[in-house]
Amino acid sequence: MTILTLNRKEFEKKVGKVTKELEKKITDMGTPIEEVTDSEISVEVFPNRPDLLSIGNFSRAVNQFNKKGKIANFKINKPEKNYTVTIEKSVKPVRPHTVCAIVKGLKFNDEKIKEIVDIQEKLHNSIGRKRRKLAIGVYPLDKIELPIRFIGKNPDDIKFQPLESNREMTGRQILRGHVAGREYGDILKDNTVFPIFIDANNEILSMPPIINSEKTGRINSTTKDIFIECSGSNLIYLKKCLNIILASVSEMGGRIYAMNIKDIKDGGFVSPNMSQEELKFKIKDIEKTLGIDLTEKDVRNYLAQMGIDYEKRKGSSIALIPAYRTDILHWIDLAEEVAIAYGYDNFIPEIPNISTIAYEDPTDKIKRTIGNILAGLGLLETSSFHLTTKKNVKKMHYDFNEFIELEESKTERDVLRMDILTNLLQIASENSDAAYPQKTFEMGKVFSRKPSEDPEEEINEEESLAISLIDEKINFTELKQVLDYLFKMLDVKYSIEPVDNSNYIIGRCGKIIVDGKDIGFIGEVAPRVLKNWKIKMPTAALEIKLDFLN
Amino acid sequence: MDKELIVESLSPMEREVLPKLGEDFLEIKDFSEKMDLDKTTILRAIGFLKNKGLVESETSEKKVIILGILGVNYLKKELPERVLLNKLVEKEIIPIGEIKNVCSLNDNEAKIALGTLKKKALVDIKLGKISLNAKPEEVRKKMIEELLLEKLPMNIEEIVDLDKLAFENLKSRKDIVEIEEQKTTKVKLTKLGKEISGMNLTEDLLEALTPKILKQNQWKGKKFRRYDLTSPVPRVYGGKRHFVNQSKDYAKSIWLDMGFKEMSGNIVETGFWVFDSLFTAQDHPVREMQDTFYIKDTKGKLPPKCKKKEECVISNVQKAHEGGIDGSKGWQYKWKEEDAKKVLLRTHTTSLSARKLLEIGKTKEFPAKYFALGKCFRNETVDWSHGFEFNQTEGIVIDENANFRQLLGYLTQFYKKMGFEKIRIRPAYFAYTEPSLEIDIFHPVHKKWVELGGAGMFRPEVTIPMFGKHIPVLAWGQGFDRIITEFFGINDLREVYKNDLNKLREMKFWRKGE
Repeated sequence: MTILTLNRKEFEKKVGKVTKELEKKITDMGTPIEEVTDSEISVEVFPNRPDLLSIGNFSRAVNQFNKKGKIANFKINKPEKNYTVTIEKSVKPVRPHTVCAIVKGLKFNDEKIKEIVDIQEKLHNSIGRKRRKLAIGVYPLDKIELPIRFIGKNPDDIKFQPLESNREMTGRQILRGHVAGREYGDILKDNTVFPIFIDANNEILSMPPIINSEKTGRINSTTKDIFIECSGSNLIYLKKCLNIILASVSEMGGRIYAMNIKDIKDGGFVSPNMSQEELKFKIKDIEKTLGIDLTEKDVRNYLAQMGIDYEKRKGSSIALIPAYRTDILHWIDLAEEVAIAYGYDNFIPEIPNISTIAYEDPTDKIKRTIGNILAGLGLLETSSFHLTTKKNVKKMHYDFNEFIELEESKTERDVLRMDILTNLLQIASENSDAAYPQKTFEMGKVFSRKPSEDPEEEINEEESLAISLIDEKINFTELKQVLDYLFKMLDVKYSIEPVDNSNYIIGRCGKIIVDGKDIGFIGEVAPRVLKNWKIKMPTAALEIKLDFLN
Repeated sequence: MDKELIVESLSPMEREVLPKLGEDFLEIKDFSEKMDLDKTTILRAIGFLKNKGLVESETSEKKVIILGILGVNYLKKELPERVLLNKLVEKEIIPIGEIKNVCSLNDNEAKIALGTLKKKALVDIKLGKISLNAKPEEVRKKMIEELLLEKLPMNIEEIVDLDKLAFENLKSRKDIVEIEEQKTTKVKLTKLGKEISGMNLTEDLLEALTPKILKQNQWKGKKFRRYDLTSPVPRVYGGKRHFVNQSKDYAKSIWLDMGFKEMSGNIVETGFWVFDSLFTAQDHPVREMQDTFYIKDTKGKLPPKCKKKEECVISNVQKAHEGGIDGSKGWQYKWKEEDAKKVLLRTHTTSLSARKLLEIGKTKEFPAKYFALGKCFRNETVDWSHGFEFNQTEGIVIDENANFRQLLGYLTQFYKKMGFEKIRIRPAYFAYTEPSLEIDIFHPVHKKWVELGGAGMFRPEVTIPMFGKHIPVLAWGQGFDRIITEFFGINDLREVYKNDLNKLREMKFWRKGE
């Protein structure tokens, strides 16, 4: 969840006073208000809208939605002399792409510097996937000498003073010893060369995606012109990301200049390209999807509210998507744009007149029947977790080792349950203050590995029922009465075959057999097990698999 | 009440107790000894008489000093300090280290015995040896602690002077003396009680109706004792289904009533069905281990590959991700089969819907409406509003003519029947639906909007690999547990699966929608 926090004063300068009405509009736009204070406004921005993650871009969207703003149009000036970035072959294996631009005529103050750092961070963490997919660098143009090269170099030969450090470090030292290096070093560490931007004076600008140079990569309040780069592995996303930043700095009053990207391996292009993307669609598809009637004018207006231009060309409807939008993949996305502008509140719910026949899962039905039978006998149903611990399982099944383990569980429970009785005994153990008799049952899934040679295995899930009767004078007979009644009511014939199972008292444990198939155990729980669970009362328990009932 | 009726309602034990009482307060023990009844029965009888307004009582509490376990023992034998003193008379000098053995005391007792005698200046200690420093009459004289032990029990209020000092001394030593709170109840007749007491209480009333009385017609011409119908009764607890299951059954009945079919299936799933088939990019943060429970060292099976690539669901899903289904741009990255094979606990029941789509893509049996209500898992740190296991209420409607308004129709209907008249929808984002929405319900107690979860229409990138073409599918999946907790008065999600038997026994039945 990404929260965008806006300076209220700055925001109000752009969109007008923040009233309750405007707050509702902002929520309706798809950016729910999290908090409004006298000085700040926080909104939640969904991951599909990284283009909203700065005050400039967000305010533009609010104004458009509020029918107070125009569709954005970005003027790109032609590259000037030496406005070139060369991607050398050496960097291709580690970070194959970069897109760049120059922005001039900015006035930085502390607020604006914070803003530009902030949007970088937000983009890094959202579409940048924590810098794994892409990273952004911003540099004061007066500190660097164009043209620039993007090259790969042996990390031990890379030497510069990174931001937030007071000394020169090598590439490898930065990974080990710098805060940013430790946080993002994993992205680079297995490579033989690390990527760097280097200027015409052979001054290192940065080592993406880790850190900029202190000397050439720090914006301050005297900075007017900046060089922006965005580097990573996916060229399409890099271009989008650069466009988002440029859209934002152009709201700060900057003039955008293009650069020539010379890619030694893949050829070159001019960056950025901020022209609108065309998407052909049919108004009737949108009408059908949303269940509303729309005129062409409606569609044009609704799309305009979402910052999207509309054109009719040779009888076809064409949406012109602004260069900073990353989320319009298909015409279906336009349907949502129209729906949002139409207002979710304005849709009238409808239930269509189609006839379908209901069907209930038979396992669920039988479980409900069993639940009602057992409740009729005065038993209390419990409901516990599918996850448990090895230690808990071993309190009864001390020699069990076929655990199905979870990776990096944040709870102490890190294996799937192999039976339900473990849960019932745990409940008994935690409820020694509740009046006896304690007669409980639970039904649900238990998990086991299928014995198989196939490396692509499936894990067995079976429905299981466990019953436990706990009281001063409980015994096998009482539990067998319950089983007898249950199976009689279900019209199931069963037999019990004595078996030695050290989880139960020897001589008081049996296998439950139905149709010649072994479906579970019944018995008086062994004192060893009760001791392990700190259960102070005799316990009779059974567990059966329910799949035979289907 | 008519006095006659009161008399008819008196039980045998009340009849027995009532005449023993007078107009002045009596302590229960003052008359209970003279009676045949045990104290509990008398107390119960007095309770009933009080309910009828025949007696009044006064209970006073006092603190009484009584002997502790060791105290009883010491009173029978001797205090450790007396043991030591006697041995000193006998041996004159004892080395400190040998007190234990000579006197057969434990470490603690030996230490206390020596300390006490020193404090009372009855002994001298020189060079690690103790000797007597008292005249024979001083030795013979009983110590104040000994005197106190003989006097106990005593009311704590009444203890004074030397006894008080002795009590303070002994109190600091474990288990010799204890303070017990004793209740004394005094009872006397009220005015009405006096009148009733003077009436004839000997009439032969029938108590319980027995088979014998019935058979021999002994009831004829006789009266049964009247019961006090208002008095409280001991509590009983019935067996019942777990409250989550009760409410799940109800929620299921809503979907069934609307003609939905139930989906069921595995909790342990491959990434393919939980994420890939639902157009969730393989580098999407939700797929990281911090959010999802993966099963260690396990790979799952994907749907089988087929001869014609375009008919094969895996190839089509891959195509949708990498870019290129129905004009969609996709996610523009290299999709890996290995990631789709990872095995995990489903993070939503939408995996069941995804599988259902493929099935229906083959049978072509639609319009179709399906629902599921089952457990989902997220690798979350647990707190009052988050659990790692929770139920989700899931549904899909597959219909050429399905639209966004119908989605709102089904959801509004469901939540209305669940007791939430006021719902709010707002835009949201999910990778696999477009348009998407989020549902909030207005919490009638907290008076605020509570977020429930998402809904939307499956994207063409989801439907086309399953159906071969885009057929609209309405889809939703919201957290279920948090919409029932309010009814059961639960404010902390951790309590839902805690299985506190006392609470489960007291928990009311689900009664919405009756």
